[in-house]
Formats: sequence, C-alpha cells, structure tokens
Amino acid sequence: IACLVMYLFAEFDDAANLLAANPDATTISIDEPVETPKNQHSRLQEPGREEDDELLGTDDSDKTELLAGQKKSAPFWTFEYYQTFFDVDTYQVLDRIKGSVFPVPGKNFVRLYIRSNPDLYGPFWICATLVFTIAVSGNLSNFFIHLGKPTYHYVPEFRKVSIAATTIYTYAWLVPLALWGFLVWRNSKVMNIVSYSFLEIVCVYGYSLFIYIPTAILWIIPQKVVRWVLMVFSLCLSGSVLVMTFWPAVRDDNRRIAVATVATILLLHALLAVGCLAYFFDAPELDIPAPIIPAHNGTTVITKSL
Amino acid sequence: FPGLADVSISQDIPVEGEITVPVGSHSPDEDYSTLDEPVKDTIMRDLKAVGKKFVHVMYPRKSSALLRDWDLWGPLVLCVSLALMLQGGSADSKDDGGPQFAEVFVIIWFGAVVITLNSKLLGGTISFFQSLCVLGYCVMPLTVAMLVCRLVLLAGAGTISFIIRLIVVGAMFAWSTLASTAFLADSQPPNRKALVVYPIFLFYFVISWMILTFTPQ
Repeated sequence: IACLVMYLFAEFDDAANLLAANPDATTISIDEPVETPKNQHSRLQEPGREEDDELLGTDDSDKTELLAGQKKSAPFWTFEYYQTFFDVDTYQVLDRIKGSVFPVPGKNFVRLYIRSNPDLYGPFWICATLVFTIAVSGNLSNFFIHLGKPTYHYVPEFRKVSIAATTIYTYAWLVPLALWGFLVWRNSKVMNIVSYSFLEIVCVYGYSLFIYIPTAILWIIPQKVVRWVLMVFSLCLSGSVLVMTFWPAVRDDNRRIAVATVATILLLHALLAVGCLAYFFDAPELDIPAPIIPAHNGTTVITKSL
Repeated sequence: FPGLADVSISQDIPVEGEITVPVGSHSPDEDYSTLDEPVKDTIMRDLKAVGKKFVHVMYPRKSSALLRDWDLWGPLVLCVSLALMLQGGSADSKDDGGPQFAEVFVIIWFGAVVITLNSKLLGGTISFFQSLCVLGYCVMPLTVAMLVCRLVLLAGAGTISFIIRLIVVGAMFAWSTLASTAFLADSQPPNRKALVVYPIFLFYFVISWMILTFTPQ
C-alpha cells in the first residue's frame, strides 16, 4: 500500500508540475467588449436617416423620441445614466465639429450629426477650450499691443479667466435652457412637427461655439478691421448652424414669434462675440500718453493722442 | 501495477503511524502588523514609496507601480510647492496679477478630478484615485520648470531669459503630457483615446501658461 500511495503521489506531482508550467491552461478570460448593442442601435437608425435630407423630419421625430427613450433607461442616480451622454467615438466628435464649421445649406445639424445621440463631451470641452483660448489670446494680444511702451508692465490678468469661464458656461447652458423652455411652451400651444430635447439644444450650442476658438486665436492680430471681419465671418457660420437648426422648430408658429425667436438667438450669439472682443482684447489704437519729450530750451512738450 | 502483483499484506500487521500536519500557528496579523515598529520605519516606508513614484515619472516606462499603489502625498506636495512658487508675482492694486494660491490649488485638483471623471464616463477602466495619482505625479516636470524659471528670473527678466524659460517650460510640458499619456492611455477603449488625451493636454497647457507668465514684481 505504501508503494501504491507513493506512486499516486508521484502522479500528482507530475500533474502539479504540468500545471505550474502552464498556469494559463485552465484560465479562460471572457473579455468581449460590449459592441453589439451599439451596432444594432446605429443600424436601426440608418434606413431612417438616408431619406432624411430635408430640414423637416416628419415621422423621424417620433422615432427619435422613441429611440431616445429606449437608450437612456438607467435611473438618474447611477453612473451608467451619465455614461450614456458620453457615448461617442473620436470620429463622431470630429464629424460634429466639422458639421458646425462647414454648415451645409439645407441640412439640419441635429438630424444629420447628432441623430438622437447627444453628447456632453463636445459642449463641455469646447467651452473649456474656448475659455482658456480667449483668456490666453487676450493676454497675448494686449502684450503685443503695449510692447515697447515704457510705462507698460506685463500682468498675466488671471482674473479674466474666471470671468471668461462664467460668461461662456452661462451662455452655453442657460440660453439653451431658456430656449428649450420657450419651445416647450410654444409646443403646447401650436403643434410643431419638429421638437428637440434639452440635451440636443445644448449640443448644438456647444458645437456652434467651436468656430470661435480659431477666431479668438486670430484676434491676436492687432488690426481693428481684421478683427471685425473675423467676427462677422464666424458669426455667419455659427449663426447659420443655429438658424438652420431652429427655424424648422418655430416656423409653424405665428410668423412674428418665429422671426422674433430666431432673431433673439442670433442677437445673443452676436452679443457674446462682441462682448468677448471688447472685454478681453484691448483696442489696437489705444495709446497711453506719449512720454515727455524734453526740449532743449528747458520747456517740456507733452503730446497726447487718443 | 505489475511490480506489486506479488506483494501480500497480511491482515494482522497494523498500519499505524503518525501523520502530523503542521497547523499554521502564525496568524495573518502577526506578519503584517506594523503597530510595533518604530515611527521612523513607518515614515521611511511611505517616503520610499513616494520617491519611487517620482523616479517612475522621470523615466516613464509602462510600469504598474504608479497605478497599483496609488497615493496622493506626492501630488499634494507638488501642488502646494507649485502654488507657493507662483506667489510673489506682480500684484497691482487693480488686482490683475497672477493666480492666487487658492486658484492654483483649485485649478490643479478640480482639473484632475474633471479629467478623471471624463475618462471614466468615456468608458475607461482605471479607478478614480489611480487616475488622480498619475495626473498629480506628472505635474512634477512642471514644478521643476517653475523652479528653473524662478532661478532664471533671479538673473534677469530680458528677452534671453524669456527664451530660456519658454524652452524649458515647453520641454517640461511635453514631458508631463507624454508621461501621463503613457500611464493612462492603455486603460481607455481604443477608439476614444484622443478624446481622453486632449483634456490632459489642455490641463498641462494651462499650468504651463501660468508658469510661463509668472513675472516677479
């Protein structure tokens, strides 16, 4: 029996050695990325989207409402609920940015790019980038304008970062909130065919602010004409994105209210641009009083230019 | 078993003996109890861990030590020293000067938290404090740059010193971004890597800007 037991132990030893040699032999890791639900979701949308090239989405709005309802099913106090707002890939974000910079006349930004998958990544980080771009560009442009003047001492003007952040984030979140509330109220009075959810409006506003980032960088150039041309150009581009998005949502309403709504949208957008230019960028022709030029006969001549 | 065929065991041979299995008499607490060690050992162990992580940031390889044993001592020390070194700048009566201590502190910590939340919302697998740890430790090259800038500014504040500062801060900014990307990029889904790396770039850019625009009174 002792020999039998020894033999059995030897066999166990061999098996143990084998197992030690290939420790992965018995481990199976199941690590599939959860890709299939997303593919199904996008395939569901494809047939509907291909025909929808007009601004008017007739039965699409119903479908999008349904699909939107199906997607965000996690309760709002869980982390997964907020993950559904960040369900975008790199190429999608880049496509949406491209769509906001090159608006195609006749195509609706929300229908074409957002497609009931509004994300919060774009609005949040575009606003953050814009805040720092405006603050840094304003500081740089002031530095170059006042360079060489003897009484000028460079300051980093860090206070302006907080002001820029407050302004831009307020604009990007409160104006969509007001607009959404207004559209919901009008929807209850007049049956509109096209209606947007709050997140889609935030998305459109966020992506439409993207054009201001290169504009703010180019505003460093200390020429008044150049700055105003840039401002008008960027205002046209982003304004057209907003107009083409919101005109179908209000055009079934009373004509005057529809025009007033779109005009208010554009006015607020222009106000933001003009305000940023005026506050963060000093005017190029601003001259501090020229230095005192001592004349030879002892009198001093002071020249001032405005 | 052919060799045992002719073995016969008679019935009256007792099979007896002693099989003793050594019972693990040591409790797990005894091995890991650090209550009785001298205080110097405790402090030195933590200091060594923090120092090892600094070395990992200086030579960023894909090691998991930074991620596995995260701690926030290093980021705290770096953040406080950076915020202290950014004080004493030009402060006009118009209060238009550089960032206050609290502003630097808030920007670094709030920025790191937002970036961590962003990467988790995009589907990253790294834990919250691991990401904070990496982002905080990777501020170290920029703290070194701030030290160098202050030393250069002691010598003078002309154009040459500005160019030196620009080069140093630029190099350290690139080092910080590459180091933190090396640690954090692997935990992201592959088609969203750029979405996660960009906020890190913006974060270190803002800190570099604060360092570069520091002007002494």
